[in-house]
Amino acid sequence: MSAALALGDDALVLSHRLGEWAGHAPVLEEEVALANIALDLLGQARVLLSLVGDEDELAYLREERAFRNLQLVEQPNGDFAHTIARQLYFSVHQHLLYSELAAGQSQFTDLAAKAVKEVAYHRDHAEHWVLRLGDGTAESHERLQAGLDALWRFTGEMFQPVEGLDIDWEALRGSWLTAITDVVERATLSVPDGPRSGAWAAGAGRQGLHTEPFGRMIAEMQHLHRSHPGASW
Amino acid sequence: MAAVTADQKAQRTADPADTADAARVAAFDASVAADDRIEPRDWMPEAYRASLVRQMAQHAHSEIIGMQPEANWITRAPSLRRKAILMAKVQDEAGHGLYLYSAAETLGTSREELLDKLHAGRQRYSSIFNYPTLTWADVGAIGWLVDGAAITNQVPLCRCSYGPYARAMVRICKEESFHQRQGYELLLTLSRGTPEQHEMAQDAVNRWWWPSLMMFGPPDDASAHSAQSMAWKIKRHSNDELRQRFVDICVPQAEALGLALPDPGLRWNEERGQHDFGAIDWTEFQEVLKGNGPCNEQRLTQRREAHEEGAWVRDAAAAYAAKHPARGSAQHTQPGEATA
Repeated sequence: MSAALALGDDALVLSHRLGEWAGHAPVLEEEVALANIALDLLGQARVLLSLVGDEDELAYLREERAFRNLQLVEQPNGDFAHTIARQLYFSVHQHLLYSELAAGQSQFTDLAAKAVKEVAYHRDHAEHWVLRLGDGTAESHERLQAGLDALWRFTGEMFQPVEGLDIDWEALRGSWLTAITDVVERATLSVPDGPRSGAWAAGAGRQGLHTEPFGRMIAEMQHLHRSHPGASW
Repeated sequence: MAAVTADQKAQRTADPADTADAARVAAFDASVAADDRIEPRDWMPEAYRASLVRQMAQHAHSEIIGMQPEANWITRAPSLRRKAILMAKVQDEAGHGLYLYSAAETLGTSREELLDKLHAGRQRYSSIFNYPTLTWADVGAIGWLVDGAAITNQVPLCRCSYGPYARAMVRICKEESFHQRQGYELLLTLSRGTPEQHEMAQDAVNRWWWPSLMMFGPPDDASAHSAQSMAWKIKRHSNDELRQRFVDICVPQAEALGLALPDPGLRWNEERGQHDFGAIDWTEFQEVLKGNGPCNEQRLTQRREAHEEGAWVRDAAAAYAAKHPARGSAQHTQPGEATA
């Protein structure tokens, strides 16, 4: 599997999910912020997919089984807390991963060096909302805890080695857990203790095994492009 | 506003001869006549203030409601490049809404108050956003025609007598021009594409042309606010003047696009040096304004739902800020600020 495809699909799919928020955010500032994050991710996806082939062919003409994104990023938005929980888990992971890639020497060094600045902002955005929601009202506390719990089982997959990425995955897992624990506890919430990526989920997304909502997501995403074979847009 | 205007009213009633008030009115009129900018701390007639609040609120609401018809296509955009352009545009619109609510707040109202009025149907937004986006080409037609009409309307507002509004419009018009060019380019690509794409583009122009002309408002002889707004230099040109200007700009652009404008009455008038064009269906316009357009209900419902479903998030942010007044770090990195 191509590492560029894995990282590109993560960014593409999460960008799409965040794009679904447009016009539905709880406050205008979040319309701007969520769209901004979605755009950053889409920009990353376009660079990464272009390393593999034609970005539009890859985005619009692959079937569900050929996508290599993490199951985490394809999860439906749910409420704002659910979206923030997903953002926290992924953006901390992406920040740590891209920091390492930016410091190393590979085909991803330049991309990661640029993207890590964007991702640092995504992480900051997620962490501040975790604090506000966790330590806000009883309702927001409960909703965010529910979001963190529901998505926890998808987090193990982030540390499955990706071929072509020279990363100490065990160390990444440790740094990620430390960072998540720190912010979740400061937000007066608990780090979930359920199973993470059991037999079914371990590495599943990377092998093209996805959850059911993903098929509908790409059906919507690809419909127009597929309706006009060979057309330019 | 409350404090300032209460003070002014007190002063006014305390002055039986009203000479102070007359002097203020004279100074205000002189400022407007001299093309000086009126600023938030300057005295202004209550009717001027109210008229500006109405217009700026309606303008801000239009940006926010206007996100919906375009956001409708974000998840279906047919290429990643177009998807990025569309996301950036919808993001800009949220930003424009923020500028405009901030500018309106300098007149003593608040964003919350204005949003409440929008949700209650007590303040309007542009009639154009009550039309549905049925195909991808509609995204291009909105960029070319709707943003084009908005720019024609808004460029003169950069010289509006009220300073904060004029300055907001300078920033907004730059971005709108960019969106308009992108919409034009989208339509051009479709027009020169496959026969199906060309037909999609023509169909979109057919549906958006007349509603775009309605964006300039009722004809001059039926426009309630026009005369006073022009006297105050909030408006610089009449509705019909701007509409005519827009038609004259669009005709050669449509030719360059290879798309027809759906008006058999459209022709160059040598004597006037302008295009004649057919009659607008003002009954349809009135129906849309009354809430009976194709998407009025849907647009307002989505806006109300986003607001209501987001209430717990806003409550949480407020509760957190109250608990952590000293830390302030979360306040300093409000996402909107970090990305503006």
